[in-house]
Amino acid sequence: MSAPLIEQLDAPETWRDVAKKALHNRSFLTGLIITTIILALAIISFFWTPWSITDLDISLKLKKPSLEHWFGTDHFGRDIFSMIMVGARNSIAVALVAVGIGVLFGVPIGCWAAAKGGYADEVLMRTNDVIFAFPALLSAVMITAIFGPGAINAILAIGIFNIPVFARISRGAALSIWPREFIMAAEVAGKGKIRITVEHILPNIINLLLVQGTIQFSLGILAEAGLSYVGLGTQPPMSSWGRMLNEAQTMMSFAPHMAIFPGLAIVVTVLGLNLLGDGLRDVLDPRLRRER
Amino acid sequence: MLHFLLKKLIFTAITLWVASMVIFALLEIVPGDPAQLMLGINASADAVAALREQMGLDLPLPIRYGAWVGGLLQGDFGVSYTYSVPVSELIGERLWVSLPLALLALALSTVIAIPVGLYSASRRGTRTDTGIMAFTQLGIAIPNFWFALLMVYLFAIWLQWVPAGGFPGWDQGLFKGLKSLILPAIALALPQAAILSRVTRSALLDVMGEDYIRTARAKGLTARAVLWQHALRNALIPVLTILGLQFAFLLAGTIIIENVFYLPGLGRLIFQAISQRDLIVVESVVILLVATVIFINLLVDLTYALVDPRLRQGTGRNAS
Repeated sequence: MSAPLIEQLDAPETWRDVAKKALHNRSFLTGLIITTIILALAIISFFWTPWSITDLDISLKLKKPSLEHWFGTDHFGRDIFSMIMVGARNSIAVALVAVGIGVLFGVPIGCWAAAKGGYADEVLMRTNDVIFAFPALLSAVMITAIFGPGAINAILAIGIFNIPVFARISRGAALSIWPREFIMAAEVAGKGKIRITVEHILPNIINLLLVQGTIQFSLGILAEAGLSYVGLGTQPPMSSWGRMLNEAQTMMSFAPHMAIFPGLAIVVTVLGLNLLGDGLRDVLDPRLRRER
Repeated sequence: MLHFLLKKLIFTAITLWVASMVIFALLEIVPGDPAQLMLGINASADAVAALREQMGLDLPLPIRYGAWVGGLLQGDFGVSYTYSVPVSELIGERLWVSLPLALLALALSTVIAIPVGLYSASRRGTRTDTGIMAFTQLGIAIPNFWFALLMVYLFAIWLQWVPAGGFPGWDQGLFKGLKSLILPAIALALPQAAILSRVTRSALLDVMGEDYIRTARAKGLTARAVLWQHALRNALIPVLTILGLQFAFLLAGTIIIENVFYLPGLGRLIFQAISQRDLIVVESVVILLVATVIFINLLVDLTYALVDPRLRQGTGRNAS
């Protein structure tokens, strides 16, 4: 005899179930593989790159892709593949910290609004609306212009606009959990709102936050590339995909490979993260799955 | 309906007010004195002080804020520090590049995305559908400025069909103007079209699962008729939301794309103004863009009410 239906439905998924589902999800797997490769390249670049990116050798400048230089060389004779490896560090670091800022501030704000309700909730959400009215890119340009271009300010500019995103999503998710019976049970047991949020709400919305985090991560990489491209993000001598594209622009007519490969790096990374996010959503929360 | 309208209008006004304060405050902390910058580093302290007084920079903050907002409300944006012409004139000139560009991109994105979303939804689960969705994933991942660079290489440098950058001005004829806007518009539209077609598809699929769709099919309507007459109309709400958001995104996106193509639009203006510490121009452009976004959001909200009568009662989508 199988277990009664109710028990089956409510049986918590073990990590093994989730892992099994994950391995059968094509977009999760593809995303995971791509993300792992990019991450590995970034880590390896700390110890080793095919060529040094600090030794300039003008005699090697603007070489087309070859067996020696896989992605060719730039106008200073630097190996583009090596620069992309080092640039990956930068993109990942900026996007990761920006997501961190969003989670660190946004989640407590959203959870607090959901727990408190009423006036506080209304004020917070309207504040969110005001921030949403600023096109993120425009504000990032303004912030980096005011406080000076640089990686740190780019992180802050991108991070600030992650806060309302996480506040909104955690508020919405928390609101849907609060009326459930097990929360009422916890309240009856005498637990305070903060304790309930930490012990019961957060574990139930963490999946959603993980998925949103992946999406914001990929948006962060795009935003950093955009800012660096217009010269407001990462500054030389640090290597960044956006900057490489900026430098490539004037050499487009005779060295298109300088623009093609850094751009491809961005596309592949963002694509990988998006696939990972989609896959995670399917695997972690079947209720959210879109019909395919 | 009146209550709904009033509430929305009040929120819009408050949002605008807060936004203007934020922008004003941010630009107050910019390092560098505009008066000093205009006169150069060799100017005497007296001359700088005199100019500060003439520009009203020595007045207390609240008064300057009041003067700025008061001017804005009357359509007076002040006078540019560096160009010495009214800011409204500068913006007016540049708007003739940025606005057509954003509108062209929005039109392109909609014209591509809605049919693609419809087609994909009607072929749901087939290989065509999967293929289209994979393609849109790719579209979302492509940075628009990189796509723009590639198109410049292909169409301007290699095929030489269109100019690689610059803008001849509308007085050179509509065709010439459009010719230099078409590549930037495509670059802006592509990622947006990818997002919009995904939204259209999933909104349609959501609606297709509703009971009234089954009823419509049961009374003998063809699948095609159901899709066009019932599903599309009801799927419009999420599509409209995204369209509204996208216009804001496109306006901001022009900032970067204008730099790829050397277009003399608002984006270039704001970059020049920032580097010259021409605060009043920066303030005005930013508040203009933010106000546009806020008004578009209001418009989208009002359109909801037209599309979905339930929302007029104020019982619908209020909580969020």
